[in-house]
Amino acid sequence: MRVDPRVEQRVVGALLWSMTVVTVAVLVFIIAFVLKKGLPAVDWGFLVENPVDMGKGGGIFSTIIGTIVLTAGAILVATPLGVGTAIFLTEYTWEGPVTRIIRFGAECLAGIPSIIFGLFGFILFVTKLKFGWSILSGSLTLAFMILPTIIRTSEEAIKSVPPGFRTVSFSLGSTKWQMVTRVVLPSALPGIVTGIVLSVGRSIGETAAVIFTAGSALRIPASLFSSSRTMSVHFYILAREGISMTNAYGTAAVLIVAILGINILTYYLMHRFIRKYS
Amino acid sequence: MGIIEVRDLCFYYGSFQALDRIGLDIEKNRITALIGPSGCGKTTFLRSLNRMTDMIENVRVTGRVIIDGEDIYRPGADLLALRKKVGMVFQRPNPFPLSVYDNVVYGLRVHGLRDKRRLEEKLVRSLESVHLWEELKDRLDANALTLSGEQQQRLCIARLVAVEPEIVLMDEPCSALDLAATANIEDLMAELKKRYTIVIVTHNMQQAARVSDFTGYFLLGELVEIGATHQIFTTPRDPRTEDYITGRFG
Repeated sequence: MRVDPRVEQRVVGALLWSMTVVTVAVLVFIIAFVLKKGLPAVDWGFLVENPVDMGKGGGIFSTIIGTIVLTAGAILVATPLGVGTAIFLTEYTWEGPVTRIIRFGAECLAGIPSIIFGLFGFILFVTKLKFGWSILSGSLTLAFMILPTIIRTSEEAIKSVPPGFRTVSFSLGSTKWQMVTRVVLPSALPGIVTGIVLSVGRSIGETAAVIFTAGSALRIPASLFSSSRTMSVHFYILAREGISMTNAYGTAAVLIVAILGINILTYYLMHRFIRKYS
Repeated sequence: MGIIEVRDLCFYYGSFQALDRIGLDIEKNRITALIGPSGCGKTTFLRSLNRMTDMIENVRVTGRVIIDGEDIYRPGADLLALRKKVGMVFQRPNPFPLSVYDNVVYGLRVHGLRDKRRLEEKLVRSLESVHLWEELKDRLDANALTLSGEQQQRLCIARLVAVEPEIVLMDEPCSALDLAATANIEDLMAELKKRYTIVIVTHNMQQAARVSDFTGYFLLGELVEIGATHQIFTTPRDPRTEDYITGRFG
């Protein structure tokens, strides 16, 4: 039996449309659900007061600080490593088996579940190197987790810089490093920043990798070696141990708003980047 | 004896031989044009004169290129100094996406000049020598990509002369420009040859005949013939050159 192509076209159109609607609906539902349950708990005090009584009362200030410090640490470690690797892969070596192996390794790193990173960080940083449950262990673990993203986005950004700029720079007698710092990096900067912002989003939401490495102390961290709790870990513990569902949803709402904000910023940066080169 | 002496230069991309035993002398303060059909090796030859070919993977060079008495292919040759001395103008105008000012002083900064006043002096002199100063003196902050094609190509030449090279290599510098702009750039070349030695690769035989003092004809990686331009275009010695310039081939 042959279906009339016009009918087929209609059916497929409707099908694809409904798939899209489902996708968007799920997203909207999750966000609306969390915000509806969580926002009533969120007020100014919730943001600026420390948790009281294991989080049953008070706010989430120390976990916001913990999240920011851990993420900042991870970015500070991963950015130079990632951008450096990207510069090496694109500018300092020819394409060959070695670059393919490095790139393949980075891709594999991106596919490892975050709880494995947590376990690795626990064994290496917490116990073997004796950093303990600390900001340091947590940041380093997160850094390895986001490294592939930073490498890949930086590489793409660097590759999109027109090759002619490199040729001209060399023809004027510049060294490779001068060429990289004066021509390539400034042009690639928006793309690199996009990758970093994306990684910030991932770090903020990460739970498994930090609960094993940064611990779950509720105090504001005093040094790199203090244990600290991030918002997502806080949410996990509040919900899991039934301490306070109200505050758990409040934390989740703050987390979701933060991540939405970061994604919107990324979108804006990418948009600017694309406009610049088209 | 020329400012550039090329002896037995062979050039390989992997196993493909792009240049076969090239030998020629290029004279100071003259314009030497290199002509020939696509793929004849003239651009490869041009780029081998400041070792821009080093940027390509898997190339091999034998023979000698002597500039100012030094073989630029000797081990340990100073590539930065070489490229400061032997600059290049490309087919497409390719200013950096920076301001006019930053474009012109790029090479100077790369070579370590920091002093603001001296940078500005050289900027003015470079832009004057390509007749852009009057047009652009109030727009030094403008992004160079907003200039017209001809202005961009002049700017690229200004960026090059700012570092005071001795030799200027031009790789079809007018192929992306219209007729009027081409005529202007050709006039500029005639002025520049008072101070620089110019080697130009061109597809356009009329252009070679108009601007150059010497012309070399490349075919399949070989230098068929080189001589005074009027001689090449009126009484070529090699029948292959005659076929090309009379349009029977190429």
